Amino acid sequence: MTATTIKFYQTGTHTVGNRLLDPEHRSVQADMRRTNSLNSGHRACQGCGEALGARYAIDAAMQATDNQLIAANATGCLEVFSTPYPETSWQIPWIHSLFGNTAAVATGIAAAMRVKGRSDVRVVAQGGDGGTTDIGFGCLSGMFERNDDVLYICYDNEAYMNTGVQRSSATPGAARTATTPAVGDAPGNVFGQGKNLPLIAMAHEIPYVATAIVSELRDLEAKVKRAMEIRGARYIHVFVPCPLGWGTNSWDTIHIARLAKETGVFPVFEAERDRIVSVSKIRKQLPVEAYLRPQRRFAHLFSPTPNTEAIAHIQALADRNIRRFGLVDPAAETAVAAPVATGNP
Amino acid sequence: MEKPFAITLDVGSSLANKTGTWRTYRPQYVDRLPPCNNACPAGENIQEWLFHAESGDYEQAWRALTANNPLPAVMGRVCYHPCETACNRGQLDESVGINSVERFLGDQAIKLGWKFTPPASSSGKQVLVVGAGPSGLSAAYHLARLGHRVTIQEAGPFAGGMMRFGIPKYRLPRDVLDAEVQRILDLGVVLQLNTKVENIEQTMKDSGFDAAFLAVGAHIAKRAYIPAADSARMLDAMQVLRGMEDEEKPMLGRRVVVYGGGNTALDVARTAKRLGATDAIIVYRRTREKMPAHDFEVEEALQEGIMIKWLSTIKNMSDEGTLTVEKMALDATGFPQPTGEFETLESDSLVLALGQDVDLSLLNGVPGLEIKDGVVQVGTNMMTGRAGIFAGGDMVPSERTVTVAIGHGKKAARNIDAWLRGETYAPAPKHALAEFDKLNTWYYDDAPKMVRPTLDLARRQSTFEEVVGGLDESTALFEARRCLSCGNCFECDNCYGVCPDNAVIKLGPGNRFEFNYDYCKGCGICRTECPCGAIVMVPETI
Ligand SMILES: Cc1ncc(C[n+]2csc(CCOP(=O)(O)OP(=O)(O)O)c2C)c(N)n1
Ligand code: SF4
Ligand SMILES: [Mg+2]
Repeated sequence: MTATTIKFYQTGTHTVGNRLLDPEHRSVQADMRRTNSLNSGHRACQGCGEALGARYAIDAAMQATDNQLIAANATGCLEVFSTPYPETSWQIPWIHSLFGNTAAVATGIAAAMRVKGRSDVRVVAQGGDGGTTDIGFGCLSGMFERNDDVLYICYDNEAYMNTGVQRSSATPGAARTATTPAVGDAPGNVFGQGKNLPLIAMAHEIPYVATAIVSELRDLEAKVKRAMEIRGARYIHVFVPCPLGWGTNSWDTIHIARLAKETGVFPVFEAERDRIVSVSKIRKQLPVEAYLRPQRRFAHLFSPTPNTEAIAHIQALADRNIRRFGLVDPAAETAVAAPVATGNP
Repeated sequence: MEKPFAITLDVGSSLANKTGTWRTYRPQYVDRLPPCNNACPAGENIQEWLFHAESGDYEQAWRALTANNPLPAVMGRVCYHPCETACNRGQLDESVGINSVERFLGDQAIKLGWKFTPPASSSGKQVLVVGAGPSGLSAAYHLARLGHRVTIQEAGPFAGGMMRFGIPKYRLPRDVLDAEVQRILDLGVVLQLNTKVENIEQTMKDSGFDAAFLAVGAHIAKRAYIPAADSARMLDAMQVLRGMEDEEKPMLGRRVVVYGGGNTALDVARTAKRLGATDAIIVYRRTREKMPAHDFEVEEALQEGIMIKWLSTIKNMSDEGTLTVEKMALDATGFPQPTGEFETLESDSLVLALGQDVDLSLLNGVPGLEIKDGVVQVGTNMMTGRAGIFAGGDMVPSERTVTVAIGHGKKAARNIDAWLRGETYAPAPKHALAEFDKLNTWYYDDAPKMVRPTLDLARRQSTFEEVVGGLDESTALFEARRCLSCGNCFECDNCYGVCPDNAVIKLGPGNRFEFNYDYCKGCGICRTECPCGAIVMVPETI
């Protein structure tokens, strides 16, 4: 991974910027000249993780390509909240066609650029988890298989948020959605189903696959930059908490993302072809409960009686991630209290 | 305009959609009072000067520091640093080594010859400062920078007061003290040595002073009644420590007993050791937990081989120096009570270190003064009952430390300045405290405290070389950067980065940020992710 190794003990390497660092080593988001590709006035909810993730990713892609970028966008929150006709929040060439065909649209744009001899113009496709793991999956798999010169970015908020929080194949076990209510013997979404798209992408042996998270900006930016240095099909899966759909505080979006990583629920890694090349380690390991408790979609796991079995199941999945991806540095410090106390605003 | 097929409206920007109207809470930038600043008796703006030191701008850091305290090289050696006790970082790993960075800056200033900026204009007023100790020097410095003509009259042969006569060389080398005093004098402050003020009213009248600041300290050693034979060698701590400044050092002998439990007792015992005593024994009436001396001093003394007899009082002393010592026992309330059990202790000399009283003779005949418990009473403005006469340091009710005295000098100077203009000094209101729970400590990296080097034991027992060394540039910089900047924006760009609505405007280096309330939806992520607690959410009034 390419995040800076310079350590400033006050700001660490964890803040967005750092006045003590040379400007060229700072993050794109710290730069006063960042493009704000997704501009103010969009209609995303307060504290939207997807809006944040999209600006992080696309601003980084813009900087990496000298602003020679075209984006295709699947139907979903990101598209709907950014472009109510005739307004747009996008400050880049941007096209929306359908819910399920984004990868194909992007492939078409890339082909057109090739025909026009514009090798400088780069193409991204972006969409939600529903548009990616479910309805757009066929087009995406084709794009991978043909190794089309497109970076596909999935903003994973773990359900169909735009249409009212329906389950997708990225919804985690036990989570309550509109279509997986918290009733019956096994309340919430079933365990054991769903797709792990980053691993499926790796199985296509495309040049570059990565996962990222809104709480690790520098890592996210480094991955977008890396992806833009490569030609062919690339895939980045960004974990973006959704305050409305998950029932979390608007001010906790980044905090929740951080907990997903620190508990091992969401592994952050980078792969080339079918090989994992780097892993972002857990800094202060926490039990999954720390991540589940603040989310109303998991409230039924704690009241009226604790569902220890379901919590243990989720913990087992996190532990499996930790083992499988080597998320814990054996030498690193282990669990202390939750990193941040949060109250009302 | 000709529109493409099926398009009826011009393309618009979402900037037309002022999402700020959604807000029920609004973020606001605040400055909070860092606990270090809050704890500093001299009122230093520690977080502020560390901020400059972090970027390697040591001169700027030194200037920010000396805006409140003109003696950083002294402070960085002798201050008991309550700032470090209060430091929030102590709850994370270890407190920031504020004191070592302060010393580094002070030493740097001496090495590079940095000078204070003289005042832009003169007030035409004359102020007398009585006593050239920490409080008097501090007052003189602040008064001079405020444009007043200052004369210090000092009874002794040197400036420094307790910094010279109370603190041994191995804790404060004299060239360091001299350099910092000289820098104050360079502001045009007149220092008259060997000038004892006998009558303050008369002196003020004779020389036309508009106001006076009294800071004569507490130099008269308290005595305990210990029956002693005529030729027994009994001295007091002040005689010993003051005598160390003379050509001829005090003769204490090979077995020295020191009576008392304060820092002064330890200073005397450690001095005796360095003068060649084989045994330096402290006799103290209570236990280590009750000892007023600071822990690190006790620790350093024990390392140097000082012995301490706890729970003991001295009854009498014979011609040959034999001391009769009575053992004490703590009663139910923790107070030492005699046991009737005696033992003897051989000594060549006995030094009493039982505290000091103030010489108040210069105040004879001044009307309106109130003296209670041997110290002068002053108001919150440091003025005595006599208009125009202010007092501070050890001669007023206070904790007797150099840092407190320096704080008094500053406070008095500001009040004198206002009083001279017929005004009352109103300090700026304090910000709310930046408590640890206001911080988001996720953003701070782990970093161990830099430890200052100490002199090897053999040299500590035989020479007056400085015991504790200083940090070098790289370790001082590292230490400064450990500061969490509690409650004060340090421009980490987090708020600017984490806003999903681009509603934070970055104003550029040194200018911090602003909210764009046209678009801020009030989600509060910036507040949660601000490392140092410099953002609050306040309800909108709708
Ligand atoms: C073919 C098709 N089916 C259904 C829809 C309705 N629809 C629009 S957005 C959406 C959900 C999008 O979910 P996701 O892709 O996860 O994005 P999110 O809104 O969660 O960001 C659905 C079901 C549609 N537009 N087109
Ligand atoms: S971390 Fe810095 S600002 Fe906070 S209390 Fe310690 S020295 Fe002061
Ligand atoms: Mg979704």
